[in-house]
Amino acid sequence: MRRSLAAQIGFWVALVVLALFVLFPLYMMITSSLKPLSEVTLGTLYPHIVDWSPWVQMWQTIPLGRYFINSLIVSICATAISLLIAIFASYAFARLPFFGKNAFGTLILSTQMFPGVLFLLPLYLIFVVVQGWTGLPFRGTYLGLILTYLTFALPFSIWMLRGYLESVPRDLEESALVDGCTPVQSLFRVVLPVALPGVIAVGIFAFLNSWNEILFASVLTNAQTRTLSIGLQSYATQQQVFWNQMMAASILATLPIVIGFLFVQRYIVQGLTAGAVK
Amino acid sequence: MQSRGLAWRLVAPALFFELLIHILPMLTGITMSFLSINQFNLANWLHAPFVGLANYRVGVSPASPIGSSFLSSIRVTFAFTALVVLCSVGIGLGAALLMNRPFPGRAVVRTIYLIPYAMPVFVTGILWRFMFLRNGAVNTLLVNVFHLADHPLFWLIGSNAFWSIVIVALWRLWPFCFLMFLAGLQAIPTDLYEAVSIDGGGAWAQFRQITLPLMRPVLSITTLVTTLWTFNDFTTPFTLLGSGLPASADLMAVHIYDNAFLHWQFGIGSAMSVMMLVIMLIFTILYNRALRVGSEVA
Repeated sequence: MRRSLAAQIGFWVALVVLALFVLFPLYMMITSSLKPLSEVTLGTLYPHIVDWSPWVQMWQTIPLGRYFINSLIVSICATAISLLIAIFASYAFARLPFFGKNAFGTLILSTQMFPGVLFLLPLYLIFVVVQGWTGLPFRGTYLGLILTYLTFALPFSIWMLRGYLESVPRDLEESALVDGCTPVQSLFRVVLPVALPGVIAVGIFAFLNSWNEILFASVLTNAQTRTLSIGLQSYATQQQVFWNQMMAASILATLPIVIGFLFVQRYIVQGLTAGAVK
Repeated sequence: MQSRGLAWRLVAPALFFELLIHILPMLTGITMSFLSINQFNLANWLHAPFVGLANYRVGVSPASPIGSSFLSSIRVTFAFTALVVLCSVGIGLGAALLMNRPFPGRAVVRTIYLIPYAMPVFVTGILWRFMFLRNGAVNTLLVNVFHLADHPLFWLIGSNAFWSIVIVALWRLWPFCFLMFLAGLQAIPTDLYEAVSIDGGGAWAQFRQITLPLMRPVLSITTLVTTLWTFNDFTTPFTLLGSGLPASADLMAVHIYDNAFLHWQFGIGSAMSVMMLVIMLIFTILYNRALRVGSEVA
């Protein structure tokens, strides 16, 4: 079916307008990272002089490398712990009957939707009390931050993984069980290898969410443990804001995340529409 | 059967952490909402005075500055959520319908459209704050390029701040709707459309009779998920405007955060959290119902 010329033009105009809406801020981010500081706050639409120095200076103005490493440590730990716990729990959800399954499932689904601030206030005060009793510092440490990241990473991982494990055909496991495997052995030898793309996708999503986290990190980190999401703001100093360096560092923080996301985006659709799209 | 014991051993670690990081904080939060906690007794808050429902009364009393600003924050949050979700779903559906047929360059366009959703949220906030500066790119476009305004506007303070957070949240959220709707559209078998067109139905009839009914589960789930995310949004206002938001853009999550970590009023902040939780529970019930409807259709 051929469309009329007017429809064709309208189609392309709509596509291009949306693409410009998306791309213009990204264009500004890239070009501004190449402007000298004297030009970057003038609102010019392209750099009159191309200046690569922001890409060098951004490492000295703030401890950017430190922030990167902190973000990596916290995100990887939160992801690994969530995945490990979620693999066992979601297998039980997908395959086994147990008392309280529905109630527990509803709890997981509900808590994954609550805003983080509902957990932040009490967790902060609990950390104050625990520190008073035991001397264990949870504020300003990786441990405290990782623990709070589980509030969103864990329920999300269990919920998504359950869907993937359910989609693995049962026959595969049954033959393994007949051959004398225990259920846990069949989980690791048969089910997980088949569901591996899903497990990786859930892991990447937990990582992305942790990388993006700002609420807990803004309260629970200090100069040593600050993550990138909060640290980027440090380019705004008392004297001036190094916008060009901030844009350069933003590109650096964005690139790996966007690439990771584009790899796994189809899995989030599957996970969220499970049952709704066949 | 031994499988019951096994199931419990498998879920035990998850249950332990759920109790530790969700149930215990929620119960603590409810307890805190009945205590008067401020910066002076924070370190020793377990002994803070019990004040009954006073925090709730302060929180919703229009006469007190704390209450009137919280009530205004609820109104702002509802307006923000409704506007962002409606526009995101609308643009997302439009774009998905446009992109449902193959055309040269479709994969590239699709990837471009997904970038705002894929970007780290804190970068989105910082980037748009830069764009919304008085000497920023948005004002350059409005004043110097399109001549829509005579003089540069203030986007990050005053009443315009509301439109700034709406634009930024929309920029980030519509690609998600687009992603979901495109997946939904591609799952509709094409022979269904052929059946309608053989019966003489045009594009509108196809949309009404096939697309809309088959897309309903995806539409409702996407709407609910985006509603929850937008309602809970902390990162967009916080990275765009910082804490201590202008009244026009004072979203509830940041408002509660400010009460606790800016004014050190943890009791009042907790009471507001509990009220927000009640609103959230209504959303959650709707979401669960939509999921159930979704699985029945499929």
